[in-house]
Amino acid sequence: MTSKRVGLESSLGIAHAVKLANVDVIAAYPITPQTHIVEGLAEMVANGELDAEYIPVESEHSAMSACLGASAVGARTFTATAGQGLILMHEVVTVASALRLPVVMAIANRALSGQLSIWGDHSDVMMARDAGWIHIFVENGQQAFDQTLCAFRIAEHKDVMLPVAVDVDGFHATHVIEPIYLLDQKTVNEFLPPYVHPTPLDPDNPVTMGCFAMPNYYFETRKALDMALRNSRKVILETWEKFGALTGRHYLPVEKYKTENCDTLLVTMGSFSENAMMAVDRMQESGKKVGLVRLRLWRPFPTEELVAALSGAKNVIVLDRAISLGGPGPVCSEIKAALYPLEKKPHVVGIIGGLGGRDISPEDFITLVELGLEKIKTGHTGEIIMFGVRE
Amino acid sequence: METLSVYVPKLVTNKEYIASGHRACSGCGEVLAVRYVCKALGRNTIISNATGCMEIISSPLPETAWEVSWIHTLFENAAAVASGIESGLKALKRKHGYTRDVKVVAMGGDGATADIGLQPLSGALERGHDFIYVCFDNEAYMNTGIQRSSETPFGASTTTAPSGKVSMGQHTWKKNMAAIAAAHNIPYVATSCSSYPFDIMYKIEKARKVKGPSYIHILSVCPTGWRCPSSDTIKMGRLAVETGVFPLYEIENGEYKMNFDYPKLRPVEDYLTAQGRFRHLTKEQIAEIQQKVIVEYEKIKMLSSRKKGK
Repeated sequence: MTSKRVGLESSLGIAHAVKLANVDVIAAYPITPQTHIVEGLAEMVANGELDAEYIPVESEHSAMSACLGASAVGARTFTATAGQGLILMHEVVTVASALRLPVVMAIANRALSGQLSIWGDHSDVMMARDAGWIHIFVENGQQAFDQTLCAFRIAEHKDVMLPVAVDVDGFHATHVIEPIYLLDQKTVNEFLPPYVHPTPLDPDNPVTMGCFAMPNYYFETRKALDMALRNSRKVILETWEKFGALTGRHYLPVEKYKTENCDTLLVTMGSFSENAMMAVDRMQESGKKVGLVRLRLWRPFPTEELVAALSGAKNVIVLDRAISLGGPGPVCSEIKAALYPLEKKPHVVGIIGGLGGRDISPEDFITLVELGLEKIKTGHTGEIIMFGVRE
Repeated sequence: METLSVYVPKLVTNKEYIASGHRACSGCGEVLAVRYVCKALGRNTIISNATGCMEIISSPLPETAWEVSWIHTLFENAAAVASGIESGLKALKRKHGYTRDVKVVAMGGDGATADIGLQPLSGALERGHDFIYVCFDNEAYMNTGIQRSSETPFGASTTTAPSGKVSMGQHTWKKNMAAIAAAHNIPYVATSCSSYPFDIMYKIEKARKVKGPSYIHILSVCPTGWRCPSSDTIKMGRLAVETGVFPLYEIENGEYKMNFDYPKLRPVEDYLTAQGRFRHLTKEQIAEIQQKVIVEYEKIKMLSSRKKGK
């Protein structure tokens, strides 16, 4: 493997991965904190470094619509969005998966309006949770670069043919300049085969895409999509294995950090995992048995791996960077559901934090764990803790 | 008519690209127009269809009436999907040895075009994609049950703008989509009507040769929504044109050309009284429509008499 390490903003790392994937069509609309990605790509196209059609569409709705058209004729397709952009695009997001079009999208996770916020949290992606996409969460620029490349291989695999979102926390992950190991074109070409749609829109072999389905057919189409999404797991694992062998950087649906002999496990998803790791280091230094479980694959939901990672613990503290207004935190409720069938199950407590870009420092994580353990001690695990919010 | 029956089979291909057996209402002018459009387009075509009558009648899973490659995704985004198809093919040609000369066509009804899909259409026209957008205008949301759109004519009764004791129904004038399309400075814009097959095919063939965006607005008679006998489809389209209610013209590189100019227009009353949707109109309201039709018709004529450089 040949690779060079360069100081690069994560967003530009993603753009670089898209360029290495030799993408054919990019359709995008500007929105903070995603814009640097598509600006980077526009520059590459303008300078002739990347031979692609760049469609500067008039909305995110049209961005995804154009991606559908391009992907349906057999062109490798990329877009990026965030927050309100993803919500505006949402109607089309569901169609991408239903038509089995392997569009790759970077989502710079951003909070949702009423009170306008351009800063990061997971509220946008949680609203896209049930849309039939594969969702991979990353924590930093290196992972964003790596997973963008993996996303094309997973999405376009003949056994998958599903859209993939790489979820990158807005600002906390997108705007950080980091040393990133880039790959050379030869290595990428070995890793990523060309995109071949089995039945594209083709005048010689006319196809009809996007039929309407009466009640006697619709349900089967949903079941087929659900099966495809669940089955994608195999290709995801295989892709990460291949990528690991090629680069030495290994990825798993659920990644553990210093969890051995721990009573208490913290669960995080996205960029805050890095601060949580620092907190775990300090807590273990002072003799506390607290470890970290990081959720990387959000859809298809890795129930098996999560159960294996968490079932031995006494206490599980889940941090959600999204609020399901009027209900439990989305990640926490799914973890509870996954653990429920166990005979001996850990106590699970849900904490909501980091909304609208509010930081959670390593020190904060230590406090957060203490708060969680306090709830478990008092037996009030059903109560949701909102961390770091004014009363 | 006798001469036509001799020549038509020689002028028009026997090949059908939208198969019979689709679920359109009897007397549907829209599917008739689609049929002519497809005949003129031929095989090397990819269609992006908006949600609406033509999508619903042609693609009930697991069947399809389409014999060209066809994609439907949503209501408002047919033009955006078409722009992706066109860009995708461009990239495939440049990078991956794709050689076919395919024309990309987006199509939708009046709601998909003039209301919910106006923004994606404007975006695709402005960006200059090489594609044809065809609006099949039956003057209301017929698929969902005759609700008003911005293309519903003044005075028509629809289910969301019904005539009643204190309302005449639609109280706004039809949105001028041809002028809106032309305002994007695209090479070719035209209007046509489902009762004029040769006019449709002539204009589609012309649009096919254009490099860049073209926009064709086809008035498509809907007996179900217009409340007229299904046997009157052709007659009703002809009346729309002969009364001047829907003039047929082209705008080529900004230059207007009236295609059918009648020295004396038929009174609009002939058109309005033949349809149930206008049944409630008073003599005064009909007179108001008559006046507006003449003004608009004269406008197109005036624009047609202006030639570039003069």
